[in-house]
Amino acid sequence: MLKLPIYLDNNATTPMDPRVLEAMTPYFLNQFGNAASRNHPFGWAAEEAVDYAREQVAKLIGADPKEIIFTSGATEADNLGIKGVFEMYASKGNHIITATTEHKAVLDTCKHIEKQGGEVTYLTVQPDGLIDLTELEAAIRPTTILISIMYANNEIGTVMPIKEISAIARKHGVLVFTDATQAVGKIPVDVNKDGIDLMAFTAHKMYGPKGVGALYVRRKNPRVKVTAQMDGGGHERGMRSGTLNVTGIVGFGKACELCMNEMEADAKRIAVMRDKLETELMKIEEAYVNGSREHRLPHVTNISFKHVEGEGLLMGFNKNIALSSGSACTSASLEPSYVLKALGLGDDLAHSSLRFGLSRFTTDEEIDYTIKSITDTVLKLREMSPLWEMYKEGIDLNTIEWAAH
Amino acid sequence: MAYSEKVIDHYQNPKNVGTLDKASKNVGTGLVGAPECGDVMRLQIEVNHETGMITDAKFKTFGCGSAIASSSLATEWLKGKSVDEALKIDNMTIVEELNLPPVKIHCSVLAEDAIKAAINDYREKNGMEKIKFEESVIH
Repeated sequence: MLKLPIYLDNNATTPMDPRVLEAMTPYFLNQFGNAASRNHPFGWAAEEAVDYAREQVAKLIGADPKEIIFTSGATEADNLGIKGVFEMYASKGNHIITATTEHKAVLDTCKHIEKQGGEVTYLTVQPDGLIDLTELEAAIRPTTILISIMYANNEIGTVMPIKEISAIARKHGVLVFTDATQAVGKIPVDVNKDGIDLMAFTAHKMYGPKGVGALYVRRKNPRVKVTAQMDGGGHERGMRSGTLNVTGIVGFGKACELCMNEMEADAKRIAVMRDKLETELMKIEEAYVNGSREHRLPHVTNISFKHVEGEGLLMGFNKNIALSSGSACTSASLEPSYVLKALGLGDDLAHSSLRFGLSRFTTDEEIDYTIKSITDTVLKLREMSPLWEMYKEGIDLNTIEWAAH
Repeated sequence: MAYSEKVIDHYQNPKNVGTLDKASKNVGTGLVGAPECGDVMRLQIEVNHETGMITDAKFKTFGCGSAIASSSLATEWLKGKSVDEALKIDNMTIVEELNLPPVKIHCSVLAEDAIKAAINDYREKNGMEKIKFEESVIH
């Protein structure tokens, strides 16, 4: 039985797995202790729960539990990782390399660092969304201390060549930070095989609760340190003060354990549905997939439907299907998605895009409904679109002098 | 963002979608906006030369629901009005009728501009001087 509304905005957040909630419940109620309370059973139980979760989290990414610093989420982990390295390694240099398609949590952190006297190189991406490794290597200077490249993109799902990036970084003695928010729990991520020194990720993108995330900080080869960004009780080995969100951490651990066990099968099943969705929607005239289809997360696709506007399109079905658009109208800013523009898409195509993020809970019926609903809406809006009419008449839209607005 | 019922109604059942013969002397066409800005509106009026009355109006719009609703509403209002009356349609009346939130006011401005552009196109075709309008403030 098809239940509406359908949720296909899983890059924004995922629903929580009921098994995660079950694991968390006792820590909301009887086991409410502070993990830093060393002198009584309430504290001991909380500490034990956190330790166990730390192991579950570490295991998913091939890390040692001591390398996991719990935070409030990926944004905090991005800030701590990048600013923490910038401050800790100030004597070595002040240059950071990142890319234009990074999440705002990384880009704005880098902007902040520039104001503090740091230097940042923003690599452009190729039309498929991947960075050029030769350009990356060429950007490295003697003062470069950090390369920050996301594992997988939140808008188009493109998976960056992290192994190759870290090999280049190693060669030049530069640390690698990656925002792996969209990747961890969806595809295999191994900090050792991938050569990652610092990594941000979060529970709520992998069927865990909101408000808890982690920064992985390498302890061996090399031993990496970050300067704390918050002063306080010296929790998390001095790197992140603040009473631990025990309940959230327990949920995070459980979510990681489930992903560890089910990720492979989930990814296979979800990719089949994603491919069907994509293939069917590509049957619509003038539809384009944005970003690499080869190096991509299994549950994501981003499609532009030329000559219809994203928000207008969403309005046709957003009572029943939750999706997001790269159109400016859906956000507070007036600019369409900077990620799509970085791929070289014109504003018109960027305005016409929809982002699909499937999940463990997505069903075939939901995909069928979505295909029909979106196809109908695109066709209906094109009947209403002056651009479509001009395109059909063979008018090159680039030759038209649009009224200044 | 939640849309007003009127916007939703115009979006779901747009009035007067279509195309008039833009080569006809009776027809004025206004094309405003730009694909880069995320909205393009084409509004057309058909005018009876003798009476100066607008006998038909059609639109096609590329844009969000509010842009579609604004142009749909504009065509409804245009039909049966004289060209002079049409010139008095103010974007704020569209805002009020559709309950547009502040971020969508530009959609109503676009509709007002489209009406003016269509009227000027009609005037030009028929040997009348174009009316000079003040630049719209928004956009």
